[in-house]
Amino acid sequence: MPDANGSKTTNGSKSNGGPVTFLEAIKQAMFEEMERDPAVVVIGEDVGVYGGAFKTSEGLLERFGWERVIDTPISESAIIGAACGMSYLGLRPICEMQFIDFIACCFNQLTNFVAKGHYLWNAPAPIVVRGPSGGGVHGGPFHSANPEMYFVHTPGLKVIYPSTPYDAKGLLKAAVRDNNPVLFFEHKFLYRRIKEELPAEDYTVPIGKAAVRREGRHLTILSYAAMMHTSLEAAEALANEGIEAEVIDLRTLLPLDEETILQSVKKTNKVLVVHEDTKTGGIAGEIAAILCEKAFGDLDGPLMRVTSLDTPVPYAPTLEDYFLPNAQKVFVAAKELARY
Amino acid sequence: MKKNLTRQQYLDLYYYMRLNRAVEDTMVKLFRQNKIVGGLYSSLGQEAISVGSAYALEKRDWLAPMIRNIGALLVKGVPPRDIFMQHMAKYDSPTKGKDGTSHFGDLENLHIVSPISMLGDLIPVMAGVAIAGRYLGQKIVAMTWIGDGGSSTGVFHEGLNFAATQKAPFVLILENNLWAYSTPVRRQVPLENLADRAKAYGISSYIVDGNDVVAVYKTAKEAVDRARAGEGPILIEAKSFRRMGHAQHDPAEYVPKEMRSYWESRDPILLYEKFLTAEKVLDAKGKKEIEDKIDALLQKERDFAENSPMPPAEFAAEGVYCTGDDCHKIQPKWERDKREVMPPKSSVSAVWTVQGFGAGKGSSGGMAPIHFGDTPAAAEKAENEDRLAPKSTPKTIAKKKSAKAAAVAAGSRKARR
Repeated sequence: MPDANGSKTTNGSKSNGGPVTFLEAIKQAMFEEMERDPAVVVIGEDVGVYGGAFKTSEGLLERFGWERVIDTPISESAIIGAACGMSYLGLRPICEMQFIDFIACCFNQLTNFVAKGHYLWNAPAPIVVRGPSGGGVHGGPFHSANPEMYFVHTPGLKVIYPSTPYDAKGLLKAAVRDNNPVLFFEHKFLYRRIKEELPAEDYTVPIGKAAVRREGRHLTILSYAAMMHTSLEAAEALANEGIEAEVIDLRTLLPLDEETILQSVKKTNKVLVVHEDTKTGGIAGEIAAILCEKAFGDLDGPLMRVTSLDTPVPYAPTLEDYFLPNAQKVFVAAKELARY
Repeated sequence: MKKNLTRQQYLDLYYYMRLNRAVEDTMVKLFRQNKIVGGLYSSLGQEAISVGSAYALEKRDWLAPMIRNIGALLVKGVPPRDIFMQHMAKYDSPTKGKDGTSHFGDLENLHIVSPISMLGDLIPVMAGVAIAGRYLGQKIVAMTWIGDGGSSTGVFHEGLNFAATQKAPFVLILENNLWAYSTPVRRQVPLENLADRAKAYGISSYIVDGNDVVAVYKTAKEAVDRARAGEGPILIEAKSFRRMGHAQHDPAEYVPKEMRSYWESRDPILLYEKFLTAEKVLDAKGKKEIEDKIDALLQKERDFAENSPMPPAEFAAEGVYCTGDDCHKIQPKWERDKREVMPPKSSVSAVWTVQGFGAGKGSSGGMAPIHFGDTPAAAEKAENEDRLAPKSTPKTIAKKKSAKAAAVAAGSRKARR
């Protein structure tokens, strides 16, 4: 697994005491934001006494108390609704979905109430909704979802899906400080698999900015979350064959950083989109449309995509492996694209 | 009955009910003149509920109206022109034409949360408002309304149950107007009294005649006071009847004639006029004065609304996102010492104490089995260790916790109020 060089600080900052996991980065972000601002509270199922199903909120209750770390009933709509109400009095709640699949239970509250408030009646709702998402850990059809596109299609929300501990921490902090509702997806495959040194001092990563993880000139691979690492792995293999792929980590899906995408396309003239979300209605389709509108003349080949199958996420490892994209599939698609 | 309300309060209730009805009568005229862009919903016959309940709130309190709570908005201080302009989609309306009807709010001054059309969603939202108010030390109460039909939604349950677990200072008025669009309440809920639902959440409830404004006010006032004192959420079922159809388009032919005529004879304004006349609070002259005042006000408000422009077309593209501090400076209004919620004062032991666990107490026994905030802060704990004598010895599920510590925990709940 690559160590996510692209996200390293350029300010030469000191590390916070050894490399940390993605999980630890999330925990640090919440801890530091709560320490900084008493308006920040955490609300969700089993986030308090138990410390969260993945232990991302471990220790928060002990330090910040019952009023700021709220264990709720199994009621996702109540979690989002209450957080929104709290935000109207100036609080900045961080809501946890125990698994992001359960966000479907509060879809109405998010898309109709929270997302439309600022547009309709000038009511900002500075809430963050975060939770573990994604497959590859044999979670089965109800614990592996990538539901980002339901929300990318909802004006009023922001959608973040980071791929490194550095970005996770910096983007989560930025999300807490943002005045809009932000959905923050954490790929659980990455939780304990990658580690990174983080700066000791406070930092944020801007929402809406992609990162170039690897420079290249033959084609551009656009990706995010766990698939960003898969894409880098494929890019290494492609380099051995003389194909230099530029790998861009989208990081934020809404708003999408069109500028960085268009710049890269100008250089490479070929685009491969890799995402773990299913194919139909995935972000690749939106990117294809943007490129047709704004960079048609720059394209030397068709936009290609490597995605999951248009099926629910299956449980058996053989099935799930077949369902998910992998470096081999990315490599094959990239080689085909490079021939144009 | 009379001694609890001042003469002015009696007259206020009358004024707002008359204003509520006059505003809606004006809108029916506007609707027939095609000046109202979308649908028009009526609260005819239910004015006592909106007015009586909202009148129990203080200025600092928060409310979220439903579609038939124009009266509550008027009581809270919304000028009639805003209601006219909302319906007419005018640029000077609170939502500047982006939404209609009672779908608008005011976070800064009036403390009103805008409703959406999906029923029940306001219940957890207002529970959140109540919890945030308590957290900031503001001593506010949050109130919203729901219909007999809306009480069938999942989020009604989620919201009320969550509010109950949090003992949120929250009052929910359940307007049982017997009809959910065309579906009678019996097809919605197999209960005689919808207030019975409170039992499921271990919270207090009231049943009140929704056509008696004084009864509604007194009940709501008691509920608001109790919620503010920390007794947790309270459900009030106000029994009434929806005299018009679901909206202007609906002639409501599905309503039995006898039912309609019974409730028409119990018009809340006529009932209240009889009462006020008998109590010598209102006479013909006083009534005329109020009518003239309302007529003059609404003529002015209606003129203003009609003269307001429609929003410019390109305004449709604006305002999806808050652009930052220049757009909204979000600052909570602290009315308690912030240090109380910051370490080390905020620190606690991460354990659940379960008072009365296994004791077989039903919901009527008072407390839900798991209590919010019954573990004291570390600093407070040391301070209280000697001071608090154990009242009872609650059993605990915590491994590490001694009986003494658990007793301290139980005592500290009282100290929090």
